[in-house]
Amino acid sequence: MIEVNVSSSLREFVGGAASIAIEAATIRELLRKLAERYPRIQSRLTEGIAVSINGEIYRDDRNQPIPEGAEVFLLPRIQGG
Amino acid sequence: MAHDTKFTNQEFKIVGTRPLRPDGVDKVTGRAKYGADAFAPGQLVGVVLRSPHAHAKIKKIDTSKAEKLKGVKAVITSADLPDLTKGDRGMLDTLENCMARGRALYDGHAVAAVAAIDAETARKALKLIKVDYEILPHVTDVDEAMKPGAPIVQPHVRTTGVEPKPTKASNVSQVTEFGHGDVEAGFARADVVIERSYKTEQTHQGYIEPHACLASVGPDGQGELWVTTQGHFTFRTVCATLLGMDIAKLKVTSSEIGGGFGGKTHVWVEPLALALSRKANRPVKLVMTRDEVFRATGPTCSTSIDVKIGATKDGRITAAKATLRYQDGAFPSIWGMLGAMTSWACYDLENVKSIGYDVLVNRPKVAAYRAPSAPMAAFAVESTMDLVAAEIGMDPVDFRIKNAAKEGTRASYGPTYGPIGIGPTLQAAKNHPHMKAPLKKNQGRGMACGFWFNFGGQTCTDLNIGTDGTVSLTVGTVDVGGARASLSLIAAEELGIPYERVKCTIGDTASLGHNDTTEGSRGTFSSGMATIFAARNAIEVLKERAAKTWDIDVADVEWRNGSAVALRAEHGNLNELTLAELAAASPRTGGPIAGHNEVVADGAGVSFATHICDIEVDPETGKTQVIRYTVIQDAGKAIHPDYVEGQFQGAAAQGIGWALNEEYVYGADGRLQNAGFLDYRIPVCSDLPFIDTQILEIPNPNHPYGVRGVGETSIVPPLAAIANAVSNAAGVRMTHIPMSPPRILKAIKTAQRERTAG
Repeated sequence: MIEVNVSSSLREFVGGAASIAIEAATIRELLRKLAERYPRIQSRLTEGIAVSINGEIYRDDRNQPIPEGAEVFLLPRIQGG
Repeated sequence: MAHDTKFTNQEFKIVGTRPLRPDGVDKVTGRAKYGADAFAPGQLVGVVLRSPHAHAKIKKIDTSKAEKLKGVKAVITSADLPDLTKGDRGMLDTLENCMARGRALYDGHAVAAVAAIDAETARKALKLIKVDYEILPHVTDVDEAMKPGAPIVQPHVRTTGVEPKPTKASNVSQVTEFGHGDVEAGFARADVVIERSYKTEQTHQGYIEPHACLASVGPDGQGELWVTTQGHFTFRTVCATLLGMDIAKLKVTSSEIGGGFGGKTHVWVEPLALALSRKANRPVKLVMTRDEVFRATGPTCSTSIDVKIGATKDGRITAAKATLRYQDGAFPSIWGMLGAMTSWACYDLENVKSIGYDVLVNRPKVAAYRAPSAPMAAFAVESTMDLVAAEIGMDPVDFRIKNAAKEGTRASYGPTYGPIGIGPTLQAAKNHPHMKAPLKKNQGRGMACGFWFNFGGQTCTDLNIGTDGTVSLTVGTVDVGGARASLSLIAAEELGIPYERVKCTIGDTASLGHNDTTEGSRGTFSSGMATIFAARNAIEVLKERAAKTWDIDVADVEWRNGSAVALRAEHGNLNELTLAELAAASPRTGGPIAGHNEVVADGAGVSFATHICDIEVDPETGKTQVIRYTVIQDAGKAIHPDYVEGQFQGAAAQGIGWALNEEYVYGADGRLQNAGFLDYRIPVCSDLPFIDTQILEIPNPNHPYGVRGVGETSIVPPLAAIANAVSNAAGVRMTHIPMSPPRILKAIKTAQRERTAG
């Protein structure tokens, strides 16, 4: 089970939760289960989102494995110059 | 195919050297082809009619007289750009920004466009277009826009991120909050609490090349776009979506780019040029004037920020809080959120909170500008850091070192850091001779830190070996700062051939798979990663060809220093085969030899910088002169140190201009007053000292060579470092950017009056 910390700008899409417990081995599985549980977040997932695993931010690589006990944050997708 | 992107600490023979860039001669001799340098037979000239009003209802547009003018081949309004965005509000915003739909939302907002046989005719036609405006109340200041009763910029916008959910429209499109701990308890524990408010004015990236394109769409629905851009693949997707074209039928070629810095990540006039071309059935060239670039492209935000820091007498921060209000122009975005995310990223804080407000005003849509949002937040935070250090009598560098984030620190925006470079940049600053150099009268020294995320993204690279053994490397990220040289170094390193044997080209959208926009300091990080894997892919082919030539098992072939070598004693009589020999024989060993790679380059690795600067202030005029400037930044592995240093220097130069002079000035009528380089003053050579650099190479664990992005981070500290220097030189705390001579003089005189009165 992973404890997913949800960034404030995304909480309204997950019923206001600051953290969510989800069983997932990869980012893909995490986001799929998140959308199943909170359908409203699907639009944000489609627009783009970032997942931080143990401090590394992944914007696109949904195949990334999530190790047991990892620190996971759901973050808004950022833009750069 | 998955690749192992872990840092391997390999020894380099070529990477890290400083050869000449392949595009250098063309650029200094005028042969390089920029956005405005393309030509097509029968091309027309495109021009855009723009709103002179900050906010107005467009009651009617009459284009009939313009259409009848001899030489006019097409006139378009929003009626020619139907909404094909299928409910994608962000994409509709992009369309509406390109051409007003019922309301002009800022001075300079496009309302119509013309294509004609020459510029004179096109401009004459613009004057014949009659627009019936109903002027609406406007707001251009971020604080004013947040007040109750302020004119509403976008009636459909409801503030997100607040409870209960609002039912009424607001100019605050989003409120975001980051942090952890209990800041109030932290402030209660502090020996010293300092709180200040700051403002920064809107600035433009100031790229020398204006936006320009040549668009051609035929009646068969196929089109081409030659354009100055940071992301031709993204431009293709956006333009095709807005115009209802098939993505594969629109070929976009990126020209050489005369600066972008984030401002060329968005479309502005390109959909209009394509729509004009489609309507006229002729190619259309559209080049923005400087006035248009200022009024109608994407500058950075103006901001209003409150910062509060509490610390113990021995220099440990107990709590830190920032409230950041960023104006996004007329369309919702995330710039306030990014300010909130980056504001405290340099520090290891037990109790921290940042609240970001994204605010709509009647100004042009804000675009990214190099580490977007971070410089303004750093200005406010780092200025207050200096005030706290002074209050507790601690050296400002030591105060920062004591509170610097490190591996294992929980970042204020959430995650826990891996190996990072803020501590080493601060230590390097402390030990730098610049910190010990004497200052003269009216001179002050300042330093500050900065942070940026960096990111990677979708990347696709091709590597083709010619029969003479030279290598064509085709990449899909735009060369914004010497990337072709860096990527050629990487290909040469992997293949074991000289740098001069590699030619790197930026491929158009028909020649490679999708590449994300060149933003987030990703060019060398991500295309470098794809180039490594493409070269290794080609090496596998080279080894197969060698095995075939020798008639041995490919498992017995190794690639060493640019040659295939047969392993095992039984093959001891086989002379090694060089890349050139294998390439020459390729027609008879299986045909062309190539390597290819697609990768999603994630794990870019965050980046930190510390800057030091000395400023002299003339107390009688408020004029400033930058005396000395030093940039220290963690670059990961510097592939081509010249171009890493160039990025450091360029970012510092832009930061100096932003800090000291650059400013959008709006009149009471909501019109931009200084839309030109005479009145909007970017720094020129005589304004700048030699900018010294120190590269720290703390490897990124997620890149085979340890590369981090380098292009953005060094615009983050200058506003703060210069503000600290000016404040120390003038003897008064500067809280408003830019610190132009009148603003400095006013601050000096106010302080003098207060001293006299006190």
